[in-house]
Amino acid sequence: MAEMKVNLCGIELDNPVIPASGTFGYGWEFAELYDINILGTFSFKGTTAAARFGNPTPRIAECTSGMINAVGLQNPGVDRVIDTELPKLEKCFHKKVMANVSGFSAEDYAYTCSRLDKCDIVGWLEVNVSCPNVHGGGMSFGTDPKAAATVTKAVKAVTKKPVIVKLSPNVTDIAEIAKSCEAAGADGISLINTLLGMRIDLKKRRPVIANKMGGFSGSAIFPVALRMVYQVAGAVSVPVVGIGGVSSAEDVLEMMLAGATAVEVGAANLVNPYACRDIIEELPNAMEKYGIKSLSEIIGGAL
Amino acid sequence: MKQSFFEIRENVKLADGVYRMKLEGDTSAITASGQFVNIKLDGLFLRRPISVCDVEGDILTLIYKVVGKGTAQMAAMQSGKLDLLTGLGNGYDTSTSGSKPLLIGGGVGVPPLYMLAKKLLAEGKSPHAVLGFNTKSEVFYAKEFASLGAGVTIATVDGSFGVKGYVTDALSGLDYTYFYTCGPEPMLKAVYNAASTSGQFSFEERMGCGFGACMGCSCQTVTGYKRICRDGPVLFKEEILWRK
Repeated sequence: MAEMKVNLCGIELDNPVIPASGTFGYGWEFAELYDINILGTFSFKGTTAAARFGNPTPRIAECTSGMINAVGLQNPGVDRVIDTELPKLEKCFHKKVMANVSGFSAEDYAYTCSRLDKCDIVGWLEVNVSCPNVHGGGMSFGTDPKAAATVTKAVKAVTKKPVIVKLSPNVTDIAEIAKSCEAAGADGISLINTLLGMRIDLKKRRPVIANKMGGFSGSAIFPVALRMVYQVAGAVSVPVVGIGGVSSAEDVLEMMLAGATAVEVGAANLVNPYACRDIIEELPNAMEKYGIKSLSEIIGGAL
Repeated sequence: MKQSFFEIRENVKLADGVYRMKLEGDTSAITASGQFVNIKLDGLFLRRPISVCDVEGDILTLIYKVVGKGTAQMAAMQSGKLDLLTGLGNGYDTSTSGSKPLLIGGGVGVPPLYMLAKKLLAEGKSPHAVLGFNTKSEVFYAKEFASLGAGVTIATVDGSFGVKGYVTDALSGLDYTYFYTCGPEPMLKAVYNAASTSGQFSFEERMGCGFGACMGCSCQTVTGYKRICRDGPVLFKEEILWRK
């Protein structure tokens, strides 16, 4: 029988498939579609200290084999997430969830993480230093090795839960930033966040997105993501979570061979709300096809 | 929400740039007028949201305007299967309509009001439709609303058919208890300012998923942030905050 279990920073996952932050809300709304306990885990909507509406609309643009979003970290704020969203999730999800956190200063990240550290259902803190859609925060921490390390240290100081730093692809050398986070105490690295992109409306001669630019995701970015996962996995010894354009069981296998311990699925969920369920169901067949008995054995196999 | 395949049974041109597609499949998730479906099309990444015009048993009627690649692709289809997410959005609430509700539609904002008119008539109410178009060649469904037994007033911007002007120019003299509206945002805002009663508005926005996952279509309201796709597309007049 196909063995799909993997160990992500000391917590065992039934399988490596994780809906990515921003494509699965706080999970409970998706429990009406299928039993979300079949997931390895999921990363919940990027959460900040205070509530945020995010950017003006339009926030979405179609691209060839992908999409651009400029949501801008809309979320109800950490208090409401803890008081309202997580209790709803606990009723339908019996595994540890990955808490995705964003901020506008190292102290800000640390505050939100310290609040979520107290929640039993939170297994990992995924620290997003890579959101391209906010000003004065987000990606500015993820494009500088020192700033990324400062945030990592600040978060590590307030929690014993594993800290996974989510990196931006919009940099010259992503491996350098990953190493800097590892040296600062990161327990894992997840990558990639979206690629900065834009579209122009030919009729209006204006950017489609109100915020002008946004994050490009979808199957089009898979080769770029895979390459960066390969580079980072070769540079650090902590577990790597592969993200970017994953939409099939075969994509999961490629990511794992490139060095990913687990794999997040993002934009595919928005086109097919059952994408993660379908990938999990398909994984044993794909493993058999390529002679894989245990997924944990293939991690980094292509390095 | 339900994901299922529908068979194309009809796809005809109704007016300039406007088409009607009839699809056969599992319509059970569609529970209210004003809801929409999200359609997967070959070669396009995101699904395309189209409002439901009518449901009769397992036949779903959609009326759409060709505005881009997705709708152009739909207009060229004569047969085949389409992957649909159905039962999306909240839809209109008929419990607040009173006895004489007005249905105010502009262009491709007209279709969802058709199923609403049927519902209101079935509830013993007397709906009157005020339908606005740019010009005579774009007018559709005037007869269909009348055949249901609803009153109908047509307005065209250039005066080539019916009342000359916008839907709001056709409101004076009409006696109504409530209104339901769907159309382009400038029209919705004009209706908001011109109508003398409360009402419900169906909004349009570029969507990522169409089912509440991505926050791509959020708007601010009096009662907080709402996702047009899931908490809408229908909002009550009292909760609307117009964007600056």
